Amino acid sequence: MGKIENLDFKKNSLRKINSFLQNISYKNNKREFTVKNPRGEHAICAGLKENILVKINGHVGYYCGGMNQKANIVIDGNAGTGLGENMMSGTIHVKGNTSQSTGATAHGGTIIVDGNASSRCGISMKGVDIIVKGSVGHMSGFMAQAGTLLVCGNAGEALGDSIYETVIYIAGNPKSLGVDCIEKKITKNDIKKIENLLKQGNINKLKAINFKKFGSARKLYNFNIDNASDY
Amino acid sequence: MCGIVGLYLKKKKLHSQLGSYLSAMLDNMSSRGPDSAGFAIYNNKEKKRYKYSLCLSKKVNLNNFEEDIKKNFKNLDIKTISDHTILYTSAKPQKFIPFIKKNYENILLIGYGKSIEIFKQVGSPKDIVKKFNLDQFSGSHGIGHTRMATESAITIDGSHPYSTGEDECLVHNGSLSNHNNLRRELIKKGQEFHSLNDTEVAAGYISNKLSKNKSMKNTLTDCLSNLDGFYTFIVGTNNGFAILRDEIACKPAVIAENANYVAVASEFQAMAHLPNVNKAKIYEPEPGVVYTWGK
Repeated sequence: MGKIENLDFKKNSLRKINSFLQNISYKNNKREFTVKNPRGEHAICAGLKENILVKINGHVGYYCGGMNQKANIVIDGNAGTGLGENMMSGTIHVKGNTSQSTGATAHGGTIIVDGNASSRCGISMKGVDIIVKGSVGHMSGFMAQAGTLLVCGNAGEALGDSIYETVIYIAGNPKSLGVDCIEKKITKNDIKKIENLLKQGNINKLKAINFKKFGSARKLYNFNIDNASDY
Repeated sequence: MCGIVGLYLKKKKLHSQLGSYLSAMLDNMSSRGPDSAGFAIYNNKEKKRYKYSLCLSKKVNLNNFEEDIKKNFKNLDIKTISDHTILYTSAKPQKFIPFIKKNYENILLIGYGKSIEIFKQVGSPKDIVKKFNLDQFSGSHGIGHTRMATESAITIDGSHPYSTGEDECLVHNGSLSNHNNLRRELIKKGQEFHSLNDTEVAAGYISNKLSKNKSMKNTLTDCLSNLDGFYTFIVGTNNGFAILRDEIACKPAVIAENANYVAVASEFQAMAHLPNVNKAKIYEPEPGVVYTWGK
């Protein structure tokens, strides 16, 4: 390994390719890399630590870009379960669709999905910004704690179930809202935030005023004796 | 966990490739199910005769069995691969199945129909695919399963696909929680079961509904209200196959479709070797929605 042209799954193993990308020295002048023939392999580009650009030509499997710090990852294809799981910073841009649990527990950075994200998008997210240009599946934003989920399409059932302080902006409609998730009034500050996210996602077709805002009613934060029979 | 795969070939000229495509799909899903594997191949070459898929235990002497069966049934052909034997005969199931059950307690009938052939075995999917020469098979469509055992023992009885009706079979990723009650109800309705496995119950449920002339779509829609648990199903019939995911949809599935084929698998990597798959329409089946392909 060591030769940059060998970031090809036809020629090298996942472990070798990941290990190469994880150990790029900050002194290295080469900052752009292309991964070829990913063939849906799992955990591609997991644990990257440097501010590099990695382009992946094809579809990836589970947990692509997991635990990412600083790196910018562009996937020219679809991604499987848990894209950018527990990401800390950097960006991941998927040009296709993503499977369930996109951005699960991610603390920071930005995930952009050009297509749809399926169920449980942003589950337990802790500070990441997720921009989905299509729609999201059921239970998206489940127990989401911080950060922003912006959806240009619709959302499936039980959006934002048991949500904490994540803010959800959605241009379409949720099929239903989860427990303790309510629509909130859009403020000037929200408009600024949405405009910023639209800019990051390179979205021109929609304007900030097209979006509705959802968040926590904060009624689950403390135990309510009236709900005792529900447990 | 478990891995499931299915491949439906839209063009006749590709039928000779079915086995080789499907064997690579199953092989790849070894990581999801190393305990046992099985597959069902649909091939319509036989127009009049039935095909009976049998698994012979070591106690059975193949030569004696062949001689004996030739005495009792005419117009008979026998194909043996490893410990599996496919019998081609014009004998109808009402006559043939009771005969096997009565005379051969060490032979397991794992499926029958005019089109289906089933093979399943305990062990690593890679070995099983080789043992049965899956890459040599041709046909219009096939489904397969790699098992990580949860609900019942690692035996051939506990391996998928389960066939509980003529030319029908089911593979399942997931687990059902109401299978014991449902099994009792179905036994009362005349359905037979050979294992304690949850998937066999789902297969029996589906066969029971289909036998009442319910369509595949209505049958699988009924599953949503009557089967409790997690599942991604692929149901094979003479005509093609259908997919259903439960409404929680924890169990994965991805579909790739183009002008030549429809492929379905638990993970995309199982279909990454298929020709032009990167340009196919790739999507996940929606929770609680029935998808069907076929004639």
